[in-house]
Amino acid sequence: MKAINANDVQSLLTAMVDTDVYLHLETTNGSYAALHDENAMSVCVFIRNDVIRFERASIQGSGPYRVGLKLPKGWVYATGLTDYEVNDRGELLLAGHDADGRLAVGLELSRHPFRE
Amino acid sequence: MGERVVAIYPHPDDETFGKGGALALHVKQGDTVTVVCATLGQMGRNMGKPFFANRESMPDIRRKELDAACHALGVTDVRLLGLHDKTIEFEDPERVAGMIFNIVQELRPTRVYTYYPGHGVHPDHDALARATIQAIRKLPPDQRPVVYASAITRNRIEACGEPDVVLDVSSVFAEKIAAMKAHRSQSEASMKRMEADIEAHPERKEEIEAPFKTERYWIYQVS
Repeated sequence: MKAINANDVQSLLTAMVDTDVYLHLETTNGSYAALHDENAMSVCVFIRNDVIRFERASIQGSGPYRVGLKLPKGWVYATGLTDYEVNDRGELLLAGHDADGRLAVGLELSRHPFRE
Repeated sequence: MGERVVAIYPHPDDETFGKGGALALHVKQGDTVTVVCATLGQMGRNMGKPFFANRESMPDIRRKELDAACHALGVTDVRLLGLHDKTIEFEDPERVAGMIFNIVQELRPTRVYTYYPGHGVHPDHDALARATIQAIRKLPPDQRPVVYASAITRNRIEACGEPDVVLDVSSVFAEKIAAMKAHRSQSEASMKRMEADIEAHPERKEEIEAPFKTERYWIYQVS
């Protein structure tokens, strides 16, 4: 992955407007967060291969970036995004990495299902 | 006759961190060793430092890292269960126990390594440990392996007592470090930190390496 180019990401998102796309969305602070810090909770959200269709998509900010997808009756968004890639399966991967390169947030969109 | 050892863990690298020494020692002693890895660790948060993995490339990368790490430990029999990382506790426990039962029935282990149920910290550790105990319980009592369990919670001593086995693995330290490095996506940041620490404080080398030279296990009684 490489540092987000907002214009490039905007074009990639715009190209998916009004089409069915598979969604992968996650955020986590790690399964050991509570082990390393008694006051912390381990928090994770994970959605994979749900199909969504959005009518508007927008990337905002100057890094880390925010991406919001407006659905006919709701929203999907992710913040803290730093890096992106279109992989060899044509999937758009957006991720937020911390200073140690650990993934803190991920938003991925694809016209085909992600691997199970 | 040597031991027949089966190590049952959910993620690539669980067999190495904290347990790789024991497995390498078994191999050296001529015991047969099988590693069962339930998932491909596809939800790992560490991506390498600098990061080179991403969420979609992670399963393939970690599969290769698992093979390389097991090779470093001398383990040649690696079985995958094909479950998805961070979902094991949500699976049907009977189904997961059944997968493990098939393997223990085939391999008839004399010793099984897994996490200590309830003291694995990661939900996958606990769920797979419970499934492992459930599978072993299906065996007649005289055919059950001894369970070497890893407890990693903060209150493990309070809850489980002192470890039953404190194992000196310094004779296979090189193999263990090689296996840790083989899990590059997961270990690169911490290994680099450790190497930098040793470079900055060469007089503390022994002290920095010491935690990796001893492994602790609790014998879990299957009733």
